[in-house]
Amino acid sequence: MLEIKGLKVSLEEEDKKILKGVDLTVDAGKVHAIMGPNGSGKSTLSYVLAGRDGYEVTGGSATLAGEDILDMEPEERAAAGVFLAFQYPVEIPGVGNMTFLRTAMNAQRKARGEEEMSAADFLKLVRAKAATLDIDADMLKRPVNVGFSGGEKKRNEILQMALLEPKMCILDETDSGLDVDAMKLVAKGVNALRDEGRGFLVITHYQRLLDHIKPDVVHIMADGRIVKTGGPELALEVETNGYGDILKEVA
Amino acid sequence: MGAAAKKQNMHDALLNAYPRLELRADWAVKAQDAAAARFAAQGAPGPRDEYWRYTNPATLTQVPAPSATVLVHDEAPIFDALDRVELVFVDGVFRADLSGDLTLAGCSIELLADVMATDIHWASEFYGTLEAASQERVDRPMAALNSAVANAGVVIHVTGTVEKAIALRYLHQNDASDVALHHVIKVDAGASVTVLESGPSAARFNKVVEIDVADGGTLNHVRAQGRDHERRAVTGTFARLGKESVFKSFTVTVNGVLTRNETVIDFTGDDAVAHVAGACVGDGEFLHDDTVFITHDGVNCESRQVFKKVLRNGAVGVFQGKILVQPDAQKTDGYQISQGLLLDDDSQFLAKPELEIYADDVACSHGSTCGSVDEDQLFYLTSRGIDRKTAGNMLVLSFLAEAIEEIEDEAIAEAVLTRLGEWMERRS
Repeated sequence: MLEIKGLKVSLEEEDKKILKGVDLTVDAGKVHAIMGPNGSGKSTLSYVLAGRDGYEVTGGSATLAGEDILDMEPEERAAAGVFLAFQYPVEIPGVGNMTFLRTAMNAQRKARGEEEMSAADFLKLVRAKAATLDIDADMLKRPVNVGFSGGEKKRNEILQMALLEPKMCILDETDSGLDVDAMKLVAKGVNALRDEGRGFLVITHYQRLLDHIKPDVVHIMADGRIVKTGGPELALEVETNGYGDILKEVA
Repeated sequence: MGAAAKKQNMHDALLNAYPRLELRADWAVKAQDAAAARFAAQGAPGPRDEYWRYTNPATLTQVPAPSATVLVHDEAPIFDALDRVELVFVDGVFRADLSGDLTLAGCSIELLADVMATDIHWASEFYGTLEAASQERVDRPMAALNSAVANAGVVIHVTGTVEKAIALRYLHQNDASDVALHHVIKVDAGASVTVLESGPSAARFNKVVEIDVADGGTLNHVRAQGRDHERRAVTGTFARLGKESVFKSFTVTVNGVLTRNETVIDFTGDDAVAHVAGACVGDGEFLHDDTVFITHDGVNCESRQVFKKVLRNGAVGVFQGKILVQPDAQKTDGYQISQGLLLDDDSQFLAKPELEIYADDVACSHGSTCGSVDEDQLFYLTSRGIDRKTAGNMLVLSFLAEAIEEIEDEAIAEAVLTRLGEWMERRS
């Protein structure tokens, strides 16, 4: 599904290398987790895959289902199936959440040569998906993320994911700022989307999210590289011992 | 010729540029002569005048007025879907044949020409007085000129609750029209009305509206300044607000090479509310100036100013907003925000917020910002599959939202939003 080879990335504004050769393959149907200390490049990886400005790819490649995504605009990547659940979902005053969701949905359908969804069909679909995430009519009516609590913002991210049905879901510290109940709700939303055709890359600092979203593979990232890959037990090891031992071991 | 003589010539030329009404009662002659004297004493505005530094008034005062090509389009009039009585002016001339029936429950609507020909009329005590009073603090020569030369307008006396909106529609059909309209609106205690204005008006449009809202009265005002690219407008809105009255005014401006909207509000009673807001979008040769002066002279009054300007390709936005709080105007709540959204590096937004506060128990805040489209917001939208153009347009509407929210009536807000959306669609 997602294949990243030798990906090297620097900041555009300053001469700073962030990713120094990332190799990572996520197969369809699998959930991969990336853990790692602050500043290791986890969030940068998610932004680069989603197409945020400000980064320069200096080497390597990233393909989704065989298609090179690094040359695409963010909206083209989205239409191709990339979805980034933001660590800090952005507030957009004056734009209704519903309008935003429908515009996004239809833009992707249009880009893929599919027919746009009627307002009535869309409303039905949103209501159904929103209900499973405890998102009420008021949250759909309000401006995008404005006045949403931390938990509401993250649930709104998962709602978007559920509606857009991407091939590759990247979750950037989706657990940050969530209490246990909110995290369970978000995890439930994510788990409902797990299927054979979809890959997940879950970036997190903490094992506790992985209690609820069980990963198939866990990667440890440090200083711009994947330094260790293992099964779910690797996350438990980090939880108990921190990164120190692993980093020493690979140094 | 010396500078003074040149200035004198300019006054005379401007005063003579507008045909006076043939039949005027004594009071009207006196009122217009007094206004002409005010104008002569101040002289036409120049670029060095404190309140004209950012907006060059040269084309507003030259004789003859610069022409403006009439824009031909098939857009439905903005307030078409609303329940209203429409008064149509074509290049400043009232057209009964295009207008609705002026008989409306809760108010009387008369034409300024008829009122000025009447010896005894309530408006004789009012015409020009708010404009004149405003001159004590800041020179407003274009408004004095207007009071001196206006030969058309409406005189509205609101005595009850007027259910339908009174819609003034200004059509522009003559490339060379140079128009001065003067409206007078008096809202009695407890009465309420909605007044709408729309259209490009003229090649050059000088408009004044004087508004008196008595205790507990309400006036909602929404105007749309139309699309003709080369048109020029200088307007003055003068409102005097009594106890517990409410005045809300919103202006949307699309295109026009030069628009200067002056708003002067005086709180004379306690517990009154005044909101004045505007949203404008301009591309290329476009200068839009909001100059506001709000005087709090009552206790516990609330004033809000919310102005948003979207500018591209060298367009210029100007905001000069002042809140004056008199010593006895305790518990004043004054808010002022002006923001420019620059869609490129060529555009400019110039803001001069002023607060002058003599009371000690007040809450006044003001802010002014100027910036480009937020990259984080843009990335968020595009990362969901929305193309850059659509995302950019959504963010422009997002920027304007705080101003649009000032419009009380949802149907009107919707009509304004639609207009702005269409403008962006044409331009992106």
